[in-house]
Amino acid sequence: MAVVGRAALILALITSLFGIGASLYGARQGRRDWIDAGRRSVYALVAILTVAIAVLEIAFISNDFAYNTVANNSSLTTPLVYRAAAMWGSQEGSLLLWVWLLSIWSSLAVFLTRNRLREVVPYAVAVLLGFGTFFTSLLVFFATPFATTAPAPLNGVGLDPLLRNPAMIIHPPMLYSGYTFFTIPFAFAVGALITRRVDAEWIGVARRFALASWLFLGIGVLLGARWAYYEIGWGGYWGWDPVENAALMPWLISTAFLHSIMIQEKRGMLKIWNASLVLGASTLAIFGTFLVRSGVLQSIHAFGASTLGVPFVSLIALMTGGSIYLVVSRRDVLRSEHRLDSLFSREAAFMLNNIVLVGLCFVIFWGTIFPLISEAVTGTTASVGPPWFDRYTVPLALVLVLLSGIGPVIPWRRATLANARRNFALPLGLALAMLIASYTVVPISSSAPTVILFCCVAFVFGSIGQEFWRGWRVRRATSSDSPATALVSMVRRNQRRYGGYIVHLGIATLFIGVAASATFQHTHYVNLSRGQSDTVGGFTFTNERPTAAIVDDPSGTGALLTLGVYLRVSRDGRYVTTEHPTAEYYPDASGAEGPVGSLIGGDAVSELALDSTWRRDISAAINAVPLQASLQTEINYANSSVTAKALAGNPTLPYILLAIIAHNYLQHPPPAPLKLASSPLVMWLWLGALIVLFGGIVAIWPPPGAVRGRVRARYLARVAREVGRA
Amino acid sequence: MNPARKRQVRLIVSLTLALALGGGLIYTSFSAADPALSPTQLLAKARPGVSYELTGTVVAGSVRHLGDGVLDFRLADRAGGGPSVPVSYSGAVPDPFRVGRELIVTVNKSGEGFVGQPNSMITKCPSKYVAAPNPKST
Repeated sequence: MAVVGRAALILALITSLFGIGASLYGARQGRRDWIDAGRRSVYALVAILTVAIAVLEIAFISNDFAYNTVANNSSLTTPLVYRAAAMWGSQEGSLLLWVWLLSIWSSLAVFLTRNRLREVVPYAVAVLLGFGTFFTSLLVFFATPFATTAPAPLNGVGLDPLLRNPAMIIHPPMLYSGYTFFTIPFAFAVGALITRRVDAEWIGVARRFALASWLFLGIGVLLGARWAYYEIGWGGYWGWDPVENAALMPWLISTAFLHSIMIQEKRGMLKIWNASLVLGASTLAIFGTFLVRSGVLQSIHAFGASTLGVPFVSLIALMTGGSIYLVVSRRDVLRSEHRLDSLFSREAAFMLNNIVLVGLCFVIFWGTIFPLISEAVTGTTASVGPPWFDRYTVPLALVLVLLSGIGPVIPWRRATLANARRNFALPLGLALAMLIASYTVVPISSSAPTVILFCCVAFVFGSIGQEFWRGWRVRRATSSDSPATALVSMVRRNQRRYGGYIVHLGIATLFIGVAASATFQHTHYVNLSRGQSDTVGGFTFTNERPTAAIVDDPSGTGALLTLGVYLRVSRDGRYVTTEHPTAEYYPDASGAEGPVGSLIGGDAVSELALDSTWRRDISAAINAVPLQASLQTEINYANSSVTAKALAGNPTLPYILLAIIAHNYLQHPPPAPLKLASSPLVMWLWLGALIVLFGGIVAIWPPPGAVRGRVRARYLARVAREVGRA
Repeated sequence: MNPARKRQVRLIVSLTLALALGGGLIYTSFSAADPALSPTQLLAKARPGVSYELTGTVVAGSVRHLGDGVLDFRLADRAGGGPSVPVSYSGAVPDPFRVGRELIVTVNKSGEGFVGQPNSMITKCPSKYVAAPNPKST
């Protein structure tokens, strides 16, 4: 079967190369048949790569340890769902997933544009297949997933327990979908620039694909933050880790693009800027993939030394150089049609939003690659921590939130005083009310940035709420719809606008959670013996009793021993909840830690106990490594008592001894090493993120037929205008 | 003011602002950064009163859990060989902490050894992309 997989990869490489040749030849010679052949290569690529991925998945699911990648990432004891997901736990497997998703999304893009952008599409296809060629070459020449060993090992290493989380199944595919989707706006921008067709039709296509990639990457980042909150970060959702930053940067730039493209659409301005943004966002997406793959930076997402650095740097250099050349050489078609009329206009607000977003991205970029810069300048690697990031990102984020309330209500071209009074009276009033409240009612006055942020959020809610209210009232007056139907039909008639408004509301909501939890989180690391208590942020945690279970593995991850404690949480003497943080211990296949020690000598994972309400999260985690250390004396004793002869007579002896150790733990529990935390309003962060995603879906959803007709008519009129001008 | 001159002024003001901000960014990043060193480099360079970000692998047989949540261990260069550095650490220990694993911890020199800043330990997520053969599989 490995031969089939390897053949499929080689075939995929040939198909990609053929498709590039066919598309370029067809475009140069004006031959439709060759252009169609190029497009069909993209579809063929999906089929071929699906074969490759199926071969590998079957190997993972059927525990075929002859495949090196299966032996290194899966094992007999790994549960089925995690065996299926283990494929993208490896370098080779994740690259294969990358290129497979690339082929799928490329096919979708090529299919949707089959009757549009006739001149641009062949070049876009060539660029998309160029990415396909790059990644299939990596799989063929550098990191093949189909390397085998004979004879096959009896068992594999297993999937790392940290990855045995439901998020493992969905987070990588989503994130990769986001990354791969970014190649599509890139490809269409390159095509449009080559053919000098940076027109209204291109804007429509580019905006849609940019919105889709923005949405996917956003979901990927969100799932990653959520996963970290439960598993790796123990209550932290963002750590300014290089890999997190890598995903955030293209997302920020595409956010900027989604705004500034509107200025190009309405006013014909900022064309060079927009082309640069869309090319830059995609280059940053590849840069992000490079950071994850290459091991060039220290990160929690550890990367061993890897051989993929040089090919990736070459690709990024090619993308950057090509982008700069295209924008510079096509600057005649990218000339602005208008100038900025006033600093008090929607254009100016959008430009400021763009500057802030790009500035934010630059800060993050600088902080992320700073170890490399420092090494080049001073000779030693040095890195900047979260406080450095916060110093810049906090003020920039405040400006962004404020702008998300100003942008939607300030008019195009020039705002008048009367108009400002009409649009800003209510939002400003709400912000002022929030300011007063924050010094009297709401307990946030100790942190100035939080007060400012809450005022900005009140402003945004005021301005967006007002827009919804006005639109809804007009709709009610001009139709006989019921109140709810009027709201829906109002949104349906202008999904982009109201989808965008919903996104703004979501961002404001999300920042409530970020600001409150970052400023007012309380965390304690304590050792609590049975009966002892500790108070964190007003909540008293009492260690009630220990728990221990052998093979009983509630989360279905394959852990052999699970230790934990029951914590009673109370506030002012009143019972709040009971939390049960646990530590799961996995066997060590090498047997290096003795017959009993090896049963629990592999990886250890702390499972967070979390109680969430809309007001606060209370969490508790038990620190697995020190807890295991407190059992070490007993384990050593048990190890020494199992002789080879006894083991031969009774193979279950180590398990029995482990059960005795667990029993002793219940009788005489050592102090539990705990991390206890209370953070306010974290749920608002997830709620805000869901609202953002909902808004994004509303904006991207195909408009109803009638509206589509109107949009199409408007678009045709614009095309006619442009043809007339040309 | 005529529009051309106005644009010029606007351009100069915004460029100056951008330069000032960029300069601040660069200056603060150099002054706020902790040098990241390997154990060998740390032994050669360390001065008291300076924080260092130490990256290395945990040496076999060096891990001691003392009372009160203090953890003593030694770190050696990732490449193997060379001297190792004793670290005394307290606070949360990430789950992947294990002999042979690579970790990052912020340390200060204290006498002959080094004291880790509480809760500064980061272990690298061991899942990803180890090009060298996994030590456990051999």
